Amino acid sequence: MNLLHFLSQNSDQILESTGEHLWLVGISTLLAVVIGIPLGILSERWPGWNKPVLGGANVIQTIPSLALFGFLLPVPWLGGRADRLAILALTLYALLPVIRNTYTGIRGVDPAVVEAGRGMGLTERQLLWRVQLPLALNVILSGVRVAVVISVGLATIAAAIGAGGLGEFIFRGLAMVNNQLILAGAIPAAALALLADFGLGQLEKRLRPR
Amino acid sequence: MQPNTGAAAAIEFCDVAYTLPNGRVLFSGLNLEVRRGEMLVMLGRSGSGKTTALKLINRLLEPSAGEVRVNGTSVAQTDVIRLRRSIGYVIQDVGLFPHYTVERNIGLVPRIEGWDEGRIRGRVTELLKLAGLDDKLARRYPHELSGGQRQRVGVVRALAAEPAILLMDEPFGALDALSRDQLQREFLALQQRLGMTVVFVTHDLHEALLLGSRIALMEEGKLECVVSPEEFLRSSNPLAAAYVRAFGNGANVIAKRGPE
Repeated sequence: MNLLHFLSQNSDQILESTGEHLWLVGISTLLAVVIGIPLGILSERWPGWNKPVLGGANVIQTIPSLALFGFLLPVPWLGGRADRLAILALTLYALLPVIRNTYTGIRGVDPAVVEAGRGMGLTERQLLWRVQLPLALNVILSGVRVAVVISVGLATIAAAIGAGGLGEFIFRGLAMVNNQLILAGAIPAAALALLADFGLGQLEKRLRPR
Repeated sequence: MQPNTGAAAAIEFCDVAYTLPNGRVLFSGLNLEVRRGEMLVMLGRSGSGKTTALKLINRLLEPSAGEVRVNGTSVAQTDVIRLRRSIGYVIQDVGLFPHYTVERNIGLVPRIEGWDEGRIRGRVTELLKLAGLDDKLARRYPHELSGGQRQRVGVVRALAAEPAILLMDEPFGALDALSRDQLQREFLALQQRLGMTVVFVTHDLHEALLLGSRIALMEEGKLECVVSPEEFLRSSNPLAAAYVRAFGNGANVIAKRGPE
């Protein structure tokens, strides 16, 4: 088959791009988790934070991705480094599902369990770490899973600003009207998304409280 | 909390008022004394303020006026975490931690309090025995237990750190009649053996007559009367009389308690 032949011939380059792609998605997801989970916890604790935080994350989500990459170009320190810029944009997109699921995950913990914990004399911190977060973990993880799947797709667009990744093939293929080239980017990207979805889904199932 | 041996009352409500966040006054001028070692049952309908009053004792709620004292010291002046760890708390929905085994559920407060593992393990075994539960259950998760077993674990979890006071909010309300009857009797025997002070909230007169050394009848935020079960049955208080009428012959229940 023509396509298989093409893929195997360019396997080095595809692997390299896949690596770049994973780097963009991995770092941005990590950042989104590190920023998003505390924001989710804060907005659950203090009702005043809820609207601005979730609202803000929502607004970011509505910005078309190509436009967001463009908006960020003139930002100093970032503008010069396309990969940093792409990571920032991907992080911003990944925030909403992480924040929202942290919020709803903690909200969803059985109130009787929380009341019992409080009544037993757990401090708010102990309640959070020992009870609320462990019980919300699978919901939080499902948010991370959504974030990863979105990021894998969005990261292809990062190639438009020269950040590399599997999008390189797609953009080149589009420019050259070469379907094989497009598929050489699209197939590994789709495979990555499916793989991440499946793997995180399995983990989530194992963490589901009974 | 310093044990204040001078005070005869374990818990005192002094002119306590509670106003709901929406501004409605749930109760005001509540005065009530719980004696050391007694099981005081707060009986009333839903909305009568009995659960709220209970939660003022371990500061899950704060009074809008007046003072609640435990062992002679105002709870407002007691560190809230220390206060709660010195008072057991059992609720109808039990609230066992679903991600912890029975052993870890019971051992949580001792563990946080820094007991060593051997002592925790010993305490868990002792408590499971006290609750009439097989030691093998220690490694089970709450979802692997029956409703009655879960409630037993809930009760002994509250006893884990050896509190002298126990607050219970309709703890047996969700159980089937048979399990409830059995748990009530076992609990009464346990309370008398350990000499704990218990405040027990219920809407069930049968339960109140069976368990209470005294019954505090509440209605719409007002304390109607505080009397012994025997007095309750003969009470001239119209509401108490209405309860007794609705309930039928309550004298049987008291007779069933047997010699004390």
